[in-house]
Amino acid sequence: MKKLGILLKGIIKENPVLVLLLGTCPALATTTGVVSALAMGIAATAVLICSNIVISALRKAIPDKVRIPCYIVVIAGFVSVVQMLMQAYFPDLYDMLGVYLALIVVNCIILGRAEMFARKNGIIDSALDGIGMGLGFTLALVLMGSVREIIGAGTWAGIELTAIKPYAVSIMTSAPGGFLVFGCLIALANKVLSGKKAKKECSCEGCPNSALCGKENCESDAKEENK
Amino acid sequence: MKELIVILMSAILVNNYVLNKFLGICPFLGVSKKSDQAVGMGASVIFVMLVATAATWPIYNYLLAPNGLAYLQTIVFILVIAALVQFVEIFLKKFIPALHKSLGVYLPLITTNCAVLGVTINNITDEYTFIESMVSSLGCGLGFLLAMWLFAGVRSRLEESDAPECFKGMPITLVAASIVSVAFMGFGGIIDKLFA
Repeated sequence: MKKLGILLKGIIKENPVLVLLLGTCPALATTTGVVSALAMGIAATAVLICSNIVISALRKAIPDKVRIPCYIVVIAGFVSVVQMLMQAYFPDLYDMLGVYLALIVVNCIILGRAEMFARKNGIIDSALDGIGMGLGFTLALVLMGSVREIIGAGTWAGIELTAIKPYAVSIMTSAPGGFLVFGCLIALANKVLSGKKAKKECSCEGCPNSALCGKENCESDAKEENK
Repeated sequence: MKELIVILMSAILVNNYVLNKFLGICPFLGVSKKSDQAVGMGASVIFVMLVATAATWPIYNYLLAPNGLAYLQTIVFILVIAALVQFVEIFLKKFIPALHKSLGVYLPLITTNCAVLGVTINNITDEYTFIESMVSSLGCGLGFLLAMWLFAGVRSRLEESDAPECFKGMPITLVAASIVSVAFMGFGGIIDKLFA
């Protein structure tokens, strides 16, 4: 039951994109269509699961002081593997994702989960956490990609929706639409989850940006806990 | 010379890293609350981008590519950037304390800023020469600074606004970013028209 909880919490209650607000760059950049959003989600999930397993397995071997560089090396290694696999077997997707594939290295979700979860928990739990968080990330990306593609291009994963096509608003597939849809989805998540939101775990500790990053909610939560 | 100006202007206005390519969104949303902080962060990003490009371009073109090690690009670049930022911080602390005081707090945070890694990788992908790479990094950094600075102004108004409960905080900020991004779309054809 506890294991199921670890798996499921990433999908809705602690959805990395919509609730924890991590990994915003790929969430905005690769969601112009469903296909690229799904590809990005799967690539990041693969890296997240592998890096969580390896970091968890090495958690006693990595000295505390140099842990962040160690994590970055592990993550960068898996990102290169995913890049090469994708270039070999899905060259179209590789071109579509472009630089954002390499930028999985600096995705806060992956470093954040390593710091928050994998370094304190066993291998199986870490793998489950990786799967859950990865699924949550993928779902959020596909949701955003669907909204943007349907409204912006009148298609869904390339399938033409004849009822909507003539009314397509192409700005939704370009940059401003990304910010707009993302803002609205976060607002929706706030609305749906408000009240029944459990005490949320802040994943920002591991992110070197955390000191200046706008995660006031997390900070205030942490302060309340300290009291 | 003309090519360099085109690269510079298109990096600042048309292909703005934050508002068009979605790189460096975390600091853009996180540090843009006050304009002085935004400018400090922007200046540090320009500095780190230039230093990172100056280091990674020769490494890729003289070390990795000739030896068939191009697939190590991602690992090598992130490590070089991380080490470099640490080194620059130590150097500034020791020799130019005044500059360290104003930029120092932002430096460690930039290591994992995707705009910095993004610009170094893009310079390689676009097959720029060394000079072109430096100019493009400068342009991207200036574009980042411009976006941060403008958005800090928008955000100070946003603090006063009366948004619906569920839109408070991040969602309304993103909607505002969307409108700023629309404004930047207006620069779309400017490069071709000006330098044609």
